[in-house]
Amino acid sequence: MALDDISNLEKKSVEYRRRILKCIKKANTGHTAGSLSCVDILNVLYNRIMNVSPENFRESDRDRYIQSKGHSVEALFVVLSDRGFFPESDLDTFSKFQSHYVGHPTRKVNGIEHNTGALGHGLSVSAGIALAGKMDGADYNVYTLLGDGELAEGSNWEAFMTASHYNLDNLLAIVDYNKLQITGPVQEVYNLEPFRDRMESFGWEVREVDGHNLAEMEKVFSRIPFNKEKPNLVIAHTIKGKGVSFMEDNYKWHHKVPNDKEYDQALNELVL
Amino acid sequence: MLIEEKANQNVFSESLIGLAENDPEVIVATSDSRGSGKLIPFAETYPKQIVEVGIAEQNLVGISAGLASAGKKVFVVSPSCFLTARSLEQVKNDVAYSDHPVKLVGISAGVSYGALGSTHHSIHDLAVLRAINNLTIIVPADNFETREAVKYAYRSKEPVYIRLGKKPMYTLHSEHSRFEIGKAITVKKGNDLAFIATGETVYRAYQAAQLLNQEGIHARVISMHTIKPLDKEAIVKAAKECSSIITVEEHFVHGGLGEACAGCLMEAGYSISFKIAGIPDEYTVTGSQDEILSNYGISGEGLRDMAKKY
Repeated sequence: MALDDISNLEKKSVEYRRRILKCIKKANTGHTAGSLSCVDILNVLYNRIMNVSPENFRESDRDRYIQSKGHSVEALFVVLSDRGFFPESDLDTFSKFQSHYVGHPTRKVNGIEHNTGALGHGLSVSAGIALAGKMDGADYNVYTLLGDGELAEGSNWEAFMTASHYNLDNLLAIVDYNKLQITGPVQEVYNLEPFRDRMESFGWEVREVDGHNLAEMEKVFSRIPFNKEKPNLVIAHTIKGKGVSFMEDNYKWHHKVPNDKEYDQALNELVL
Repeated sequence: MLIEEKANQNVFSESLIGLAENDPEVIVATSDSRGSGKLIPFAETYPKQIVEVGIAEQNLVGISAGLASAGKKVFVVSPSCFLTARSLEQVKNDVAYSDHPVKLVGISAGVSYGALGSTHHSIHDLAVLRAINNLTIIVPADNFETREAVKYAYRSKEPVYIRLGKKPMYTLHSEHSRFEIGKAITVKKGNDLAFIATGETVYRAYQAAQLLNQEGIHARVISMHTIKPLDKEAIVKAAKECSSIITVEEHFVHGGLGEACAGCLMEAGYSISFKIAGIPDEYTVTGSQDEILSNYGISGEGLRDMAKKY
């Protein structure tokens, strides 16, 4: 779908948030705040950056997206359905018996590259795909979304080393840095800072963006490689629960489902 | 007298060179284990087809899943003790559940690293991997089975685990033997009792059968090279035709070949004199592979004596 300007993309973000809440409310389960946190990143990637569509999904030169923070699957499902990978009505089965639309991405769903859910896996797999691309001289890029709480998993740091060792400048890792995890603030639960310094010392080229500023993200994401022969990292500063006032910046909404009143209020706030 | 040949690991690495010669998509991924995996000749011949990730087994398996998803035919080579424990979640999620056709090769398996202690023993791997859907498990007994296992893994569109040891093995099969996944091979005929063995213990069961022969006892020896899918037909046939069964494995007595056979027989309604020869549930002794196995009765003489009791 061609989009003319950023305002159209902004409209999509509002609609995506409404659909995420609808999906979670109907299923009475889901990771609410994290999906609202990362959906603007997905909006930009799928509508402006990545060369991937239902038509080319089996082609070897497509761009790849791996969602390492698999629990925010509702955001991914909503964006994939909007991009035509499957009908939106499929999401009515989300989390239902025998549905493939489960609480984490699986390849049973069209458009999903890799099954995630256990944290700390997506970056290694992404690095493997990026490495294969380098071996083949392919011109696809690999995009992966990581959570900030997820970065306590040591396997990520193994993969950070691999990506710089093999000069994977065709890999863009985006960290949804909303600074909250299920127990509370990341800084208190298990401090990630000085994150940028750490990443630069691991040999990555780092940029920071407002993870809800669509134009800014498009500008930055489209410029990879930021520095030839270095893997790319974007720290996307986000707000957990973004778009719904009473969910914003509140870790208690990590996987809380809104009651009827809260749902109505949220939809009233999410208008074009 | 059987002829001593090469270690299965050496046969594996030679087979890989043969495959890579005709297929640039063949990739070997290692975690600082090219020496123990006998992969230095491969690395020297095809330097662009070996991926080194350092001592990071979780990452090793994740990267390999990514390589496979992009079309590479990836053989992941790492000591079995690490590959199937440290990176178990990657095996479960990134390979098996995600259904990427990675070929996992656990080297120096069982108690191959005997004197290095339990950190380096891999006597849990069959148990944990059997409990994972979408993973074929192959434990070759000799050089022939190893070559065939590698050929199968190369062609397979599904995840495979091959378990290899580091001691030279003896030729158990004739050149007319046929290797088929999920189909056990009868190494020696006999109807008095059956040894159902796997991997490097098949030879030990064969030695026991030879000793029993001298006493007029005719033991069948079955090489159960595929642990999953299991050849239930061969197990039931052994129960029908023999008076007792002894399973033999270089593995913990829980969760491996023995319990798989027991479950198969119970479900098929067979009650038979039955013994699992394996590493018992205790602090494992150390020593050479031969010393450890012999200590637990997994030797020609030990298995002969066990057979006379059951």
